[in-house]
Amino acid sequence: MIRVNQLYKSFGSATILKDINTSFEQGKTNLIIGSSGSGKTVFLKCLLGLFQPEQGEIYYGKQAFSAMTRNQKKDLREHIGMVFQGGALFDSMTVEENVMFPLRMYSNQNQREMLERVNTVLDRVNLQNANKKFPSEISGGMQKRVAIARAIVNNPRYLFCDEPNSGLDPKTSMVIDNLIKEITSEYNMTTIINTHDMNSVMEIGQNIVFLKDGQVAWQGNASNIFDASEQSVIDFVYSSNLFKKIRGIQQQSKGTT
Amino acid sequence: MKYFKEIGAYFLMLGQVFSRPTKPSVMRELIFKEIEELILNSLGIVIFISFFVGGVVSIQTALNINSPLIPEMLVGYATRQSVILEFAPTFISIIMAGKIGSFITSSIGSMRVTEQIDALEVMGINSLNYLVFPKIIALLLYPFIIGMSMFLGIFGGWVASVYGGFTSSTAFIEGVQSDFVSFHLTYAFIKTLVFAFILATVPSFQGYYMKGGALEVGKASTYSFVWTSVIIILANYVITTLLLS
Repeated sequence: MIRVNQLYKSFGSATILKDINTSFEQGKTNLIIGSSGSGKTVFLKCLLGLFQPEQGEIYYGKQAFSAMTRNQKKDLREHIGMVFQGGALFDSMTVEENVMFPLRMYSNQNQREMLERVNTVLDRVNLQNANKKFPSEISGGMQKRVAIARAIVNNPRYLFCDEPNSGLDPKTSMVIDNLIKEITSEYNMTTIINTHDMNSVMEIGQNIVFLKDGQVAWQGNASNIFDASEQSVIDFVYSSNLFKKIRGIQQQSKGTT
Repeated sequence: MKYFKEIGAYFLMLGQVFSRPTKPSVMRELIFKEIEELILNSLGIVIFISFFVGGVVSIQTALNINSPLIPEMLVGYATRQSVILEFAPTFISIIMAGKIGSFITSSIGSMRVTEQIDALEVMGINSLNYLVFPKIIALLLYPFIIGMSMFLGIFGGWVASVYGGFTSSTAFIEGVQSDFVSFHLTYAFIKTLVFAFILATVPSFQGYYMKGGALEVGKASTYSFVWTSVIIILANYVITTLLLS
């Protein structure tokens, strides 16, 4: 579990995150949603320790991040998996080497054991026969799967995903969403996903934090997001034509009954 | 003010490069990879340039000697001095600022743009140590390139002046051997090592701290070449003043 208390982050005179208070649950897919510029990526980078917040605290389990020693932070990072928006796979390495990278850095396994583990996770993300290919030789969807495999190869406690569906077609997006959801419950991880894809929200939104202008405007889940009274959440949800049509049909059916 | 800020950031970066080392087995592989990319892949261009520039230096010297009082061996002497003192260590380093420097900046810059550096940091790896330290170690072999360049430059001078009919082989070799000051070689290799450090770290700094997208990677590479060259030339002046004057 990750808990956030009164978090503030600014760049120069612009305050990006203001008084963020929320928590992300273990074994669930936690989504951070909001329109572009709402502070999602900054928030995610604060959670990852890539940005230092000016004020507030982030608790990993019971431990405050700012109170951790350098070694404790290093230990924590070994238990964090991250799927970047563009995959962030290492260009100069093959798929197999990319996935093996965290193991080579942190485990004492021999080459055979590491290879076994790599093949297990590649199987888990349904990626076979791509071991020797370079990232530039595989599709965007496959790159995302490799990124997920690399993120989970070390059995992390925390999985972070920054817009894992960006640039993917709806069908592949759904496959990736379901894969993340399954892996989260299988590994009992605290998964945090940064997205603005409403399909993902409906598919895997077990705990949703809605950001507006750097503040938590609403928190709930996929089943109660349609009941949200907050106007910015309503605007966000019904920003797509599909959801607008669904709402129209719902209102029509209510009118006829 | 901006330059002072950048100089400060550069030295802070150096501090991080030498802290929190990467796992030795991984670092060993990285060093071998960098030796291949930075040293071995540079041999072709260094061989080509050294041979022909050495030849041109000897031809120019020979063509400028009009007085019969000046001995023929001066061609060999002047070629040796030019090649050992300046051409091989400084001129080749400027060329390497273009070849190695641009490569380092663009490869690290691309990693920055595509979030690969963030990925390293998230994994708890000291990205500066992982990316820059192996380059510094690989470039400890840079004096090997420069030594080879010295030999080929003088050899190119001999070929051009002897086969071009400017001097006899004996006179050229006599010139190469006369008044040899071994400290000149020491001086040349000291500055070569300093230039190697500049070649590894200045382009890395430009790539690591760049902001923006693909266009900025190109700009950073150009900026990196300019600054690496300027720093090499300034360092050359300072080292020459300290060691030779």
